[in-house]
Amino acid sequence: MSESELSNVPKPDEFMAIDHKPPKSGWMETPVDFKPGNYCFPAKAKNLKILDMPNPREWSPTDEDWKLPENWKEIIIEGIRERLDKYRSFRIFMDICVRCGACADKCHFFIGSGDPKNMPVLRAELLRSVYRNDFTMAGKILGRLAGARELTIDVIKEWFYYFYQCTECRRCSVFCPYGIDTAEITMMGRELLHLLGLGINWAMEPVANCFMTGNHLGIQPHGFKETLEFFAEDAEEITGVKIEVPINKKGAEILFVVPSGDYFGDPGTFTCTGYMMLFHELGLDYTWSTFASEGGNFGLFTSHEMIKRLNAKIYAEAKRLGVKWILGGECGHMWRVVNQYMDTMNGPADFLEEPVSPITGTKFENAKSTKMVHIMEFTADLIKHNKLRLDPSRNDNYIVTFHDSCNPARAMGILEEPRDVIKNVCNHFYEMPENTIREQTFCCGGGAGLGTDENMDMRLRGGFARGNAVRYVQEKHGVNRLACMCAIDRATLIPVCDYWAPGVEVTGIHEMVANALIMRGETERETDLRGEPLPGKEEKDE
Amino acid sequence: MGLWFSLFSIVILVLLVVGGVEVFSWDSLFGVLIPYAAFVIFLIGIIYRVGKWAKTPVPFRIPTTCGQHKSHPWIKANNLESPYNSLGVIGRMALEVLFFRSLFRNTRVELMDGPRLVYGGTKWLWAAGLAFHWSFLFIVIRHLRFFTEPVPFFVNLLEGMDGLFEISVPTFYLTDIVIISAVTYLFLRRVVIPQLRYISLAADYFPLFLILSIAITGVLMRHFYKVDILSVKELATGLSTLNPVTPEGVGLLFYIHLFLVSILLMYLPFSKLMHMGGVFLSPTRNMANNNRMVRHVNPWNYPVKVHTYEEYEDDFRVKMKNAGLPVEKE
Ligand code: HEM
Ligand code: SF4
Ligand code: SF4
Repeated sequence: MSESELSNVPKPDEFMAIDHKPPKSGWMETPVDFKPGNYCFPAKAKNLKILDMPNPREWSPTDEDWKLPENWKEIIIEGIRERLDKYRSFRIFMDICVRCGACADKCHFFIGSGDPKNMPVLRAELLRSVYRNDFTMAGKILGRLAGARELTIDVIKEWFYYFYQCTECRRCSVFCPYGIDTAEITMMGRELLHLLGLGINWAMEPVANCFMTGNHLGIQPHGFKETLEFFAEDAEEITGVKIEVPINKKGAEILFVVPSGDYFGDPGTFTCTGYMMLFHELGLDYTWSTFASEGGNFGLFTSHEMIKRLNAKIYAEAKRLGVKWILGGECGHMWRVVNQYMDTMNGPADFLEEPVSPITGTKFENAKSTKMVHIMEFTADLIKHNKLRLDPSRNDNYIVTFHDSCNPARAMGILEEPRDVIKNVCNHFYEMPENTIREQTFCCGGGAGLGTDENMDMRLRGGFARGNAVRYVQEKHGVNRLACMCAIDRATLIPVCDYWAPGVEVTGIHEMVANALIMRGETERETDLRGEPLPGKEEKDE
Repeated sequence: MGLWFSLFSIVILVLLVVGGVEVFSWDSLFGVLIPYAAFVIFLIGIIYRVGKWAKTPVPFRIPTTCGQHKSHPWIKANNLESPYNSLGVIGRMALEVLFFRSLFRNTRVELMDGPRLVYGGTKWLWAAGLAFHWSFLFIVIRHLRFFTEPVPFFVNLLEGMDGLFEISVPTFYLTDIVIISAVTYLFLRRVVIPQLRYISLAADYFPLFLILSIAITGVLMRHFYKVDILSVKELATGLSTLNPVTPEGVGLLFYIHLFLVSILLMYLPFSKLMHMGGVFLSPTRNMANNNRMVRHVNPWNYPVKVHTYEEYEDDFRVKMKNAGLPVEKE
């Protein structure tokens, strides 16, 4: 993130001079206002064309005319009908909300913006009101009194604004007495918008790239190879150990899949280097793939169909390479997809074997059908069986806290493994307050495709709850490192920390693992993976 | 607007009975026909709604995990918050339905100067919600004594518990006090908390007013304008044994009470009160988080357009070969 982006934002106390009290005018009478910094740029026509998606064209949310197809209304109503018939979740969530308001102040976007339509319940009502109008008797008879309203272009505009101010984090769902998951409603809302060609480019460009080149960033096979080899050289410089990089290797035991953020930008790259050092030390028979070079899946932020289209390559590549099972890196939404969708959509993976750690012999029973293991499960198992020589004091300059990413926490439940690993590779670890971690964790503010710079105002608002908790442990314990196991977080938490808790840096967990890892044949290390001097190795000559 | 509309509707409903019974003496309409119709609509309505939900497929297993999943044996899995088998799911659902587990988590966040956020627990909604629902259930069960002869033992038992404190003659039921206070609280929070007022619809006020009116007319009948209990029982057993009668002396107040209950029955299947059924079917709560262990099948899974490896290699073959990456086709 560039410094200049943040310098445009007013000081925190001014920035947070917001009111959580709703305005005088009722929400149906309050039209949407596209505030700069609070919405994402629309999907470019070229990306939609690559994907054969409807109505590709250039347009802008601030235009009066959104250039929708003539029968747009029919398309949406039919789209709703189809989804009501296909998803029990959608139908039930449309029907049973009692508007108790328990979810209202659980959303980081409401907390940070005060905009009532960012209360999960009202976000859902944006769509529910149309459902009532066209699909329920009460709505047809009583109209507005029953909370029904007609579908108009303004409603569509409102949907576009607010369904892209939801990071699909599911925090609201934890508190709802019926488990109503506004993320699920947002997903439906976005699917409907896509029927009219309304998407955001920060999601659709990665989707188009991923479809064609295998990863969100459009990195081509030779570039992928060069990048990884470059990391290996870096690691060699620090450790003196030469690390090989197996790519597209047929017959390897394990296919390793990571989010492309890991090999694209700092600090993910350090975690990526960390994986390579760990696997080298273990002598693991594994391979990277240039085709399945993306575990992340922005299809999740697009439509169910797109999840499937992008995810298909993972099993396909595992089959082509003839591996036994799949290991997945540190990523948030990738694991939502692996845990909730992959096997159902693209399985059964009967050509793979039930995963077994070749190092410890541990059977990963919990992954016996999907056949994909989370790296944190893998590494926690290594540590438990004393297979790693670790020197946590190498991370002594780090005073660490851990950010549970939304998806691993609330769509998977992997809470202890990362803590287990962190506690074994560093000596100073402090939890953030209870209301902000584990299943109650707060989003980084930029997930679900919203992590783009033009949306910075809203991202910082969404990141306030997280940033505030980080600042709390910073002040209390001197925390200077925020660990996370998510590639989106590693990008989006940087401005969040720079703004709300300056001085705290973001790190992946395997970066810290690799720092602590004592490798066979290594020379004495002077620096950590970032090239910063290890504790006790600082130059004393100042 | 929703508030006044709801209040107004209740008044109209009451006036309907007053007119119907006092002026036209339509006793059998209010005492027999409407209650029967209401019951039939209630049953058919519920079956229809639940049937519609049940018929809709569950394409994906999407539990919201609120605790540690099952992985290694040395890491304690939380079977209630992130169930990994049916037992866990049943436990989770039981906690949800009987004790409103998720609502118990409720917190309140406040923005302070700094800016800084402060979190506090808030159990009022949970407590009032639980108090209301349990007393409602108790009252419904207690009412069985009107419809049955002999009265089942558990009804008597419950009644004895409910009237434990013999405050007045006849005994004042605890549940009556609880339901009226709880519903009043639920109503007040709707008007007092600005965000809640903002999201509240007529459909939120109406059931509260309706239930409150039912409870108040009930209490009035028991303690203030006493009705002839024997006639009421005669009417009620008449209904339940399909030998409807409308005895003299059940009184206007009773007809109002019965009419409002009939309205509640008819209203329930078509309103948010269907959360009663929906909570059992909510996929984020009633599914096990065992997706990587047991494959979930989507009945409408369909093939999609993908970009295959072969197409990908065609796009990049030269570059791959130049970079020394293996290819399928030379
Ligand atoms: C399995 C049965 C049921 C469960 C688990 C259940 C659960 C809940 C929960 C958790 C709430 C939110 C908290 C609250 O506002 O109290 C609620 C609200 C409500 N329930 Fe139920 N409920 C059930 C059956 C019923 C029935 C049979 C009725 C009435 C006929 C009813 C009427 C209401 C009303 C009116 C509200 C809204 C209260 C408000 O406006 O704040 N519920 N229910
Ligand atoms: S917590 Fe659930 S029932 Fe209550 S308002 Fe929110 S979505 Fe509706
Ligand atoms: S899923 Fe997250 S971002 Fe979306 S409404 Fe719920 S709490 Fe807010």
